[in-house]
Amino acid sequence: MEEYPGYPEEMWDSLRMVEETRDERIGKTYPRMSEEERERILREWHPDYKEGAKRPLRIGPNKGMMVPHEVADILEAHPLITPDMIDLSEIDYDVDVLIIGAGGAGLSAALIASEHIDKEGILLVQKLRLGDSNSKMSQGGIQAALGLDDNPVLHFLDIMGGGHFANNPELVEILVKEAPDVIKWHQSLGVLYDRNPDGSIKLSPGGGTCRRRMLSCKDYTGLEITRVLLDEFLNREIPYLEFTCAVELLTDESGQVVGSVLYDLDSDEYLIARAKSTILATGGYGRLHIQGFETTNHYGATGDGIVLAYHVGAELRDLDATQYHPTGAAWPEQIVGQLCTEKLRGRGAQPVNRLGELFVNPLEPRDVEAAAIIKECYGRELGVTTPTGMRGVWLDTPLIDIINGEGTIEREFAAMYRTFKRFDIDIRKEPILVFPTLHYQNGGVIINARCETTVPGLYAAGEVSGGVHGKNRLMGNSQLELYVFGRRAGRFAAERAKRVNDGKPTLKHVERYERWLREAGIETDRRAPILLPEYRGKKTLEHHIRLL
Amino acid sequence: MEKEGKMVTIYVMGKKHRVPAGLTIMKAMEYAGYQLRRGVGCRGGFCGACATLYRVKGSYKLQAALACQKVVEDGMYIVQIPFTPAEKKLYDIEKIRPTPNVFVEHFPEITRCLSCNTCTKACPQDLMVMDYVQAALRGDIEKVVEFSFDCIACGLCAIRCPAEIVPYQVAQLARRLYSKYILGFSEEVEKRVAEVEEGKFDEELEQLRRLPPEELRKRYESREIRV
Repeated sequence: MEEYPGYPEEMWDSLRMVEETRDERIGKTYPRMSEEERERILREWHPDYKEGAKRPLRIGPNKGMMVPHEVADILEAHPLITPDMIDLSEIDYDVDVLIIGAGGAGLSAALIASEHIDKEGILLVQKLRLGDSNSKMSQGGIQAALGLDDNPVLHFLDIMGGGHFANNPELVEILVKEAPDVIKWHQSLGVLYDRNPDGSIKLSPGGGTCRRRMLSCKDYTGLEITRVLLDEFLNREIPYLEFTCAVELLTDESGQVVGSVLYDLDSDEYLIARAKSTILATGGYGRLHIQGFETTNHYGATGDGIVLAYHVGAELRDLDATQYHPTGAAWPEQIVGQLCTEKLRGRGAQPVNRLGELFVNPLEPRDVEAAAIIKECYGRELGVTTPTGMRGVWLDTPLIDIINGEGTIEREFAAMYRTFKRFDIDIRKEPILVFPTLHYQNGGVIINARCETTVPGLYAAGEVSGGVHGKNRLMGNSQLELYVFGRRAGRFAAERAKRVNDGKPTLKHVERYERWLREAGIETDRRAPILLPEYRGKKTLEHHIRLL
Repeated sequence: MEKEGKMVTIYVMGKKHRVPAGLTIMKAMEYAGYQLRRGVGCRGGFCGACATLYRVKGSYKLQAALACQKVVEDGMYIVQIPFTPAEKKLYDIEKIRPTPNVFVEHFPEITRCLSCNTCTKACPQDLMVMDYVQAALRGDIEKVVEFSFDCIACGLCAIRCPAEIVPYQVAQLARRLYSKYILGFSEEVEKRVAEVEEGKFDEELEQLRRLPPEELRKRYESREIRV
C-alpha cells in the first residue's frame, strides 16, 4: 500500500516530517512581523520589488508610470482595429447603458440599472459565457463588519494598512459603509451565507484583518453569489450578448465615450453599440502571467479593460502593484497555480517548510505572506522541489479537522477537498504543497465615488478599477468591491443616461493613440486588447516561473 | 503523474492527436492546437464551462467530466458540450414562496424522473443529483439545498437525463427560496445597516480620512487584533 499515493516518493520523507511535528505545532502560532520586518521582507522577496520587472510607460496620460513589462506590452501596442475597418454609419445596438463584462460587478450594475431605467435600454456584453469571471472563482469569502466587536471604522483601518496607505480613502469609506447593505441585498435575492447554529452569520478571520469579518458560502462563495445574481438577471430578462468582446470604445467629437465596437467571437463580425453611458466591468489581468507566474485567474482575464480605457485617455493607477496569492497549488502538476483559499489558514492550516517547521504567521497581509513563502523556498532553501522543478512549502490542512472537529474540511472546504481528491490527495489527512500564484490586479482605472473614470461617459467597477485596495488587497474585499461599486456604477450610469443626448460615434481616439505610439518611437507588431490568452502547442507545457 | 516524455493518443471529435500523458483534457486540446473559445472558463473547476463527454477505446461507457480537471487517458474519444439547450424558467423571487408544490409547479417535468441515477453518475462534482430531484418531488427543500450546494451548473446531468429534466435549475430555485424565506434575514445585518444609515460611524471615519499618513499609520499599528 502506498503511503502518499498522490505524491511522488521523493516527497515522502518531508511528508513524514510534517506528520511527526504536527502534534507539537497544535496551538502554536508564529509571531506576526513588525511593520519594519514586513517592509524588509517585501523589499527583498516580493516579486513587485524585483529589479528589471517593470518599465515606465512611454505614452498616454500615465506616461512615466512604472508597470510590469507585461502590462506595458499591452498598453504600448496598436489597437486591434483601424478606423477604416469599421463602418460607423450602421448602429447595431443603440442603448442607454452598455455594460462590458458579466462577472459580479457587471451583473450588479445591470440589476441596479434596471431599477432606474427601462431594461430595454440596457445591453450587457460578455466576452465568454454569461457569468464567467474571476468573481465566480472566489472561494474564501466577502468582508463586512458585522461582528459585535467590529465596525466599519476598523474595517477601514485594516484596508488602508493592508494597502500600504496608498488607497483612495473616499472609496474605502464607501466600501466599508455599504458592506452591510450589500449583504442585506444578497440575502434579499436569496444568497446562502454560512450560518452558526444560532442562525447568526458565520464570521471567520482573514489575512490582515483585526476582527472576524469574513462571510462565506462554504468555499464556493463567489460561485454562490454570482449564480444568484445571474439567475435574477435572467429572470428580469435584461438584454445581453455572450461570446461578444469589446475591442474598442467609441468617442464623440468632444472625447466622451459613447459606446463600443464589439466583436462576435462566433461569427468574427464587428458590431457597433452606441450608448449614453458605458461601464467597464472587465476584471483583471492574471492571464498576462506577470513575471511568468502561474495564475488563479479565469481564462478571460487578459486586462482588456485597462487597454480600452487607456485608448480613450482614461487615467490609471497603482498598476505597479500586483497581487500574488500566497497559496497557489504547487502540486499536482495539473492544477499548478490554482487557488488554495486563504480560508484554509483562517481555519487553522499552518504553512510549514520541508522540515515541518513554522516560519511565518498564517495570517499576514497577502503580500507579506507571499514574500515569506518565496523566501523560505529560494532564500532559506527549505522548500520542497517537485519533479518538474517547481518549489513550494506545505500547508498543513489536517490541522483544520484536528482543531475544529472532524468533518470540518468536507463541510467548509468542499471545493478544495474535491479538487485534490481527484488527484489522490486527501487534504483531511495530508498537507498540500503551495507556492504564490498571480491573483489580482491591485490597481486599475481611476474612478470616483460615482464610478466615473476621468473620461466622461465611461464608468468602471470591480477589478478593472483602481484605488480601493491601494498597493495590496486583503482577502474578501474584492468580492465586496464588486457589489458595492457594481451597484453604484449601474445607478450613476443610468442617471447619466437620462440627462445626456446621443453622441456621434467616432474612432478619433484610435488615430490619436497611433500618433502617440509613432511620436514615442514605439515600433511593434503587438495588438491589444489581446482577448484570449495563447496556450497552443508547446506553450501548454511551458513553465512560466522566472523567479530568480 | 506519468513519466516525462510519455505520450498518449486522444481523439478530439474523432481527430487523432498525440499528446503528453498527464495533461488535463483542456491542456491536451491546447497542446493539439486548439485555441478554445467555447468550452473553456475558469480552468479551476468552479464554472462548469468545460463540460465534456468521453469514451475510452474498448469501453462501452460514455463518461462525463470537466475538461480542466480530468487527465487524458490513452484512447480517449472526446467531445465538449459547451452549452445545454435548456429553457430558463422565469419567476419573481418576491412573489413565489417555498411551498411543497413549488418545484412541481415550475418544473412539472421532474415528475418524469425514472430514478435511473444517470444524472448522479454524470455529475463531475459527485453530487447526489437524482436524490435531490427526488427530494424536490417530495417538496423537501432542505435536502435539495444540501445535496446541490456544490453544483456548478455544467449541464451534464441535463444532457444525460432520459426524462429531459434540468436538475440544476430546480436546485437554483431551491437555494434561493431556502435562503430568502426559510433562513431569512440576519438580525446583525439589519442592525448594522441601520447604524450606518443613522450615521453612527461617519464622524470617526471622516476623522480617519483626514489624518496625516503617519498618524493613520500609528492608528493602524496600535489597533487591537482579536481574531
